[in-house]
Amino acid sequence: MLHKTITATLIIILALCTGQAQMVTKAEKGPWLLQGGTVHTVSDGTIEADVLIADDKIVSIGTDLDAGTATVIDCNGKHIYPGFIDGGTYLGLGEISAVSLTQDMAELGDFTPNMKALTAVNPNSVNIPVTRTNGVTTVLTQPRGGQWPGIAAMIDLYGYTPQRMYAGAEMVRLVYPATGKRGRWDRRSAEDIKKAADKAAKKLNKVWDEAVAFARIDSAAQATGQTLEVYNPELAALLPVVRGTGRLLVEVNKKTDILSAITWCRERSIDAVLAGVSEGWRVVDTIAASGYPCIVGPILSLPNRDYDRYDTPYRNAAMLAEAGVPICIRTLETENVRNLPFNAGFAAAYGLGTEAAVKAITLDAAAILGIGDTHGSIEVGKYANCFVVDGDPFEMKSRISHLFIRGLQVPIENRHTLLYDEFLDRDGE
Amino acid sequence: MKAISILLALLPMLLIAQSQGDILIKNGTILTITDGIKEDSDVLIRNGKITKVGKSLKAPSGVEVVDATGLYVMPGIIDAHSHIAIDAINEATNPVTAEVFVGDAIDPYDIAIYRALAGGVTTIHAMHGSANAVGGQCETMKLRWGQEDPDDFRFEGAPRTIKFALGENPMRVHGEGNDITPSTRMGIEAVFRKAFAEAQLYDMAWTKYRAGKLTQQPQYDRRKQTMLDILNGDVIIQCHSYRADELLMLMNVLTDYGVDKLTFQHVNEGFKVAPELAAFGAGASVFSDWWAYKFEVYYSTAFNATILTRNGVTTSINSDDPGLIRHLYHEASKTQRYGDLTDTEALSLITINPAKQLGIDEEVGSIETGKHGDIAIFKGHPLSIYAIPQMTIVDGIKRFDRSEDAADMRVYIDPEESTPAFYDYQQAEEADRCMQGVHESLLTGHHHHH
Repeated sequence: MLHKTITATLIIILALCTGQAQMVTKAEKGPWLLQGGTVHTVSDGTIEADVLIADDKIVSIGTDLDAGTATVIDCNGKHIYPGFIDGGTYLGLGEISAVSLTQDMAELGDFTPNMKALTAVNPNSVNIPVTRTNGVTTVLTQPRGGQWPGIAAMIDLYGYTPQRMYAGAEMVRLVYPATGKRGRWDRRSAEDIKKAADKAAKKLNKVWDEAVAFARIDSAAQATGQTLEVYNPELAALLPVVRGTGRLLVEVNKKTDILSAITWCRERSIDAVLAGVSEGWRVVDTIAASGYPCIVGPILSLPNRDYDRYDTPYRNAAMLAEAGVPICIRTLETENVRNLPFNAGFAAAYGLGTEAAVKAITLDAAAILGIGDTHGSIEVGKYANCFVVDGDPFEMKSRISHLFIRGLQVPIENRHTLLYDEFLDRDGE
Repeated sequence: MKAISILLALLPMLLIAQSQGDILIKNGTILTITDGIKEDSDVLIRNGKITKVGKSLKAPSGVEVVDATGLYVMPGIIDAHSHIAIDAINEATNPVTAEVFVGDAIDPYDIAIYRALAGGVTTIHAMHGSANAVGGQCETMKLRWGQEDPDDFRFEGAPRTIKFALGENPMRVHGEGNDITPSTRMGIEAVFRKAFAEAQLYDMAWTKYRAGKLTQQPQYDRRKQTMLDILNGDVIIQCHSYRADELLMLMNVLTDYGVDKLTFQHVNEGFKVAPELAAFGAGASVFSDWWAYKFEVYYSTAFNATILTRNGVTTSINSDDPGLIRHLYHEASKTQRYGDLTDTEALSLITINPAKQLGIDEEVGSIETGKHGDIAIFKGHPLSIYAIPQMTIVDGIKRFDRSEDAADMRVYIDPEESTPAFYDYQQAEEADRCMQGVHESLLTGHHHHH
């Protein structure tokens, strides 16, 4: 087994080194003038305007802008949207699911809140160009595994280093103890499931109490100018959450777990965002009253219970939004994060509406995920993360012609398009 | 006594009446697939079959009328690869298990059937898993949700099909997991050749016996007999496969044995050898965009269906999944993002093409007079992201109606289910239906091995 894994890994490394034909063209620097398009600013309506991009920012929006030194891109008859933002993925952390040594999202242990996703983001992952060419420019990439799997990071989908890709926000991730079955083939008895849940809840409370104590000691040490003679990276990672300076990303799906997670977070004055929330539609009012925003999805998933209406996962986002819950959307994907616009499209079709669905994967996502000042809308001063498309970006027939990430024009190219170009007429010229 | 006889005589008719109906669909946009688009037209179904397609059809007395004004009417969707509605998937105990049949394990109560109907699906190909090079025989089924007799779900007259599997799954289960050949793609070829050769020897023994040249009757062997049935062209091979080299290998083996009924399943690298597939006449049933879940699908492209179609390969898009089966129309539409298939070409991937691959294209896959009354009605064009399935009709009987959906649509409720089960699909390691039923001891890898 081991030698096979190593062999497979070597093959992959060799393939990555020699696969020149699989490399995409380098991005180009601006400045750019997107001329004559319909601009979906999201923050300030939809207008006919030019958009001037210089360095990594949007510097001007208006009619008849002077191009100056900028390269003009004719956007007549086309639409300009802010780059889409996915509120939960494993992008960059995993390459091939079945080859374990290519999987960097799950560290050993149940309590590893110090594991930083950003550290393991592979800027050369083949999955990244495949994702961004559907207009997804920014994602939350997150660790998984135990109760406290680590720190999720916002990344923009272009750059040669993780640090360059970093989009400016990180969140500690908590997988709130689940009381349900883990899947259809979870063969544990109801009693065993409850026991495991109780144990996890106890553990969670213990961790929190320790983190609070650790914060107190740390604060006291800081106040008196002392150095803490203790190395506890796990509890140190929780300091921002305990002090209310960092948002906690809470994975929770079952109705009773959602209710209990809200209570647990409220009692501790935690600034939380609920993620998953697949049964949120059952308790929309409680969630709305909590004030906690939700990262909903994947939308294209099955109902959690055999007796649930077949379309509940499609309608969940709309039902939460209607109750006043701030929402964004996630795919929970690695290699198919490119389906984010289609997840949003299903939510739109099943009650959310196109405008709200676009907002959910742009400006609302940016706000919920902590990058609202720099991302999520076509606004002067924000990063130039946007794309040009010839129609409704959720529709399959629409084509994205230009893509910008922090002002760089990124080619609409990836392994899939390159293989198409090569093999559509394999034996032809 | 006579009354009882009459009742008994009527009983089969009553049962038939339950599974074949009459319905008139009025004023829809009819996407016939094989005969263009007919605006403001009607489809009349009598006794389970399409009897008329045209304008201003009159409803015969007693026939229910469905108003499809402003709606799209297409043939019921066909999933060429699924594992719903059966409660056994893998008989993984030998590299060759041609003797088993998933049709012996039909589960009429699987809620996935109703959810598939709610996505416009009317016919599925319920398949054995991919644990072994030669798996079990599969069952082509009609989604007659509400019926409780497993036999009511069989697609009458559909050709027999059998699952073959290439590459990592059979290598992992037998070679890596159990130290039994195959542990390589070479070994998989050897397993096929041996199984076919043994079937020929078996045939020779029976031929001799029937000619009186053998005194003792050979022992009946269902495994060898099934392999022989394949050699005789009575069974369509449906082969789980990914890499270009292994596709060529199987076509070479089959050419040597004179077998030509073949559809490749998944076939992620089909695009690399599309001309060879077309020359052989092999079908391809693919995912719209699944890739990178294991090494043999790392060099994939979501343009696969388009490349195959443009090279003349009969191509379908399948689900292999109880979630994805609910939006196959959406999966088909991805060929308009990843490629440029026309509406009819894209819809053919989930209607007439899978019908051809399963040998049922005379009965289903298009809206034509004489075909089964299997219809999916959509609000919004089925290839639009905003499409919402409204009604699904199987053999002229409504099996899904969005306006009458009662949320809890179960036919059978397990009395032993003490607490309502919650399935956390999102946190669970994705269940691998293709490998479901393979005992843990046979496996050394983990999740995600379609």
